[in-house]
Amino acid sequence: MMTRLLALISALFMLSLPALAQDGPLRIEITEGVVEPLPYAVPDFVSESAGGSEMAAQLARVVADDLTGTGLFREIPRDAFISQITSFASPVQFADWKAINAQALITGAVTVNGDQLVVKFRVYDVFAGTELGAGLQFAGTTDGWRRMAHKVSDAVYSRITGEGGYFDSRVVFVSETGPKDDRRKRLGIMDYDGANVQYLTDSSSIVLAPRFSPTGDRVLYTSYETGFPRIHIINVGNVQSTILESREGDMSFAPRFAPNGQTVIYSLTQGANTDIFSMDVNSRQTSQLTTAPSIETAPSYSPDGNRIVFESDRSGTQQLYIMPTGGGEAQRISFGPGRYGTPVWSPRGDLIAFTKQNAGRFHIGVMRTDGSEERLLTASFLDEGPTWAPNGRVIMFTRETQGESGEASLYSVDISGRNLKKVRTPGGASDPSWGPLQP
Amino acid sequence: MSRISTALMLSAALAVSACANADRFNGMGDGSNANNRSLSNAPVPGSAQDPRSPAYFQQTVGDRVLFLIDQSTLTPEGRATLDGQAQWLQTNSDYLAVIEGHADEQGTREYNLALGARRASAVQQYLISKGISPSRLKFVSYGKERPIAICSEEACYAKNRRAVTIISAGLTS
Repeated sequence: MMTRLLALISALFMLSLPALAQDGPLRIEITEGVVEPLPYAVPDFVSESAGGSEMAAQLARVVADDLTGTGLFREIPRDAFISQITSFASPVQFADWKAINAQALITGAVTVNGDQLVVKFRVYDVFAGTELGAGLQFAGTTDGWRRMAHKVSDAVYSRITGEGGYFDSRVVFVSETGPKDDRRKRLGIMDYDGANVQYLTDSSSIVLAPRFSPTGDRVLYTSYETGFPRIHIINVGNVQSTILESREGDMSFAPRFAPNGQTVIYSLTQGANTDIFSMDVNSRQTSQLTTAPSIETAPSYSPDGNRIVFESDRSGTQQLYIMPTGGGEAQRISFGPGRYGTPVWSPRGDLIAFTKQNAGRFHIGVMRTDGSEERLLTASFLDEGPTWAPNGRVIMFTRETQGESGEASLYSVDISGRNLKKVRTPGGASDPSWGPLQP
Repeated sequence: MSRISTALMLSAALAVSACANADRFNGMGDGSNANNRSLSNAPVPGSAQDPRSPAYFQQTVGDRVLFLIDQSTLTPEGRATLDGQAQWLQTNSDYLAVIEGHADEQGTREYNLALGARRASAVQQYLISKGISPSRLKFVSYGKERPIAICSEEACYAKNRRAVTIISAGLTS
């Protein structure tokens, strides 16, 4: 829906980046965890066409929400501004922005023509007195204006942190309504920030744990539509769903795509025993990857597709294990106190996120793939089911509150453990799956 | 609770789809069904006083067994209840059963689905060991999706860690 039209000043981009990486002030190292957010200013974008000023203001608002929402940036209030940006092309008065300690300045311009929208933006390193990277322009339709704002945010985030962004992405989740003993569930899909919610199923049967395909075009989920839990696959574009695994008498659940988008791993319960299987989506050919008499479930591929992390209670309690993609001997990687479940491999490959239960509390945590450097990021009555932002820096999960009025919500947290916050959803929500950055 | 017996009668033709009726998650019947007001001493067929009725199975035989935390081993009380269930199923051989396994909320979603399956399977295997044909018994796990008691305390958790045998009229088996 949107094409990146031109890079305005690519030569400057090439020159400025190495210098900033070494000693420029405008740089956030996310790995360290940011204590002091970077102050920035984002004035309303300039409207370059009649009737575009509302759109121009909204775009700047979404960019500010994206950046401030990371916890890495702090927006300087508009009433502190000394200069105003009235023309996208005019030189920036760096001294005026320095005076209010804006380290980064983001300017933008908007042209609305019928349902066509063009957005341009620039990022300035105020203290260096230079533009950071090249100005960029996006074109699309007005109904996609939020995506364009997210694209601006992704570019700004990426230039300042050196990491990929995650704002122009979507989350598929389970929308929940009704009391705890009569909960209704249906699949919802929304922007990462909770905007533009749409529903993929009705609430006539229980649906659980949707999982995006690597390109975001399909979603795997578990549905009780037949009276029994079975894995379904739904096409996000046309909302057509089919049953993927339907062996008579067996239950199938906990599906997840391989990085190739062709293979699916999942749990199949036969009698009392739950094992992990894989299936080719096209041929529907399956193979059994675990054979222990214990519960093996919640499998997740490494990003290179060579290994699978999963949970098993073969030792007596839920713990995390890694095995080769074709099955075979598994190595246990979790050894701390308590139980470990729902492991998910980071898209960067470096960490595994998990749910931990210990001493009556639930936690979302991360560990290295060899089980070392375990860190718990959250603690509550019930936190579970982590999913990774496309850049591997943020985790979204389900938090359920205690008691008779207990309700599920989505939360996100940095892998540093900072910036825990609730994701805005229309009602109760659970089981998020964070999709890829959109093209 | 008159809806339960109505639903069960309707289920004659819809044995499997009756499973989608959420009413049965709301606990035991209280016996106050409209048919009980009959003046006759003979039990009204289909009422909870009729020993051949699913309502009798639910209320008098006992349709559920409970489990300890994270366990799927049958307790002595559970086995006694299941002995009664097996006897009833032997006598009423034209009925089918779906065994529903459940877990309390203290656990992750996937694990609880598998745990509920262990519980339902334990009941299924026990009934088979008492001579009930496997072809009459199906099982399904709801994990922690269908609690009947909603406080976040052991008193509620104990009720939710259950396997419930749902009777439905089947075709001749």
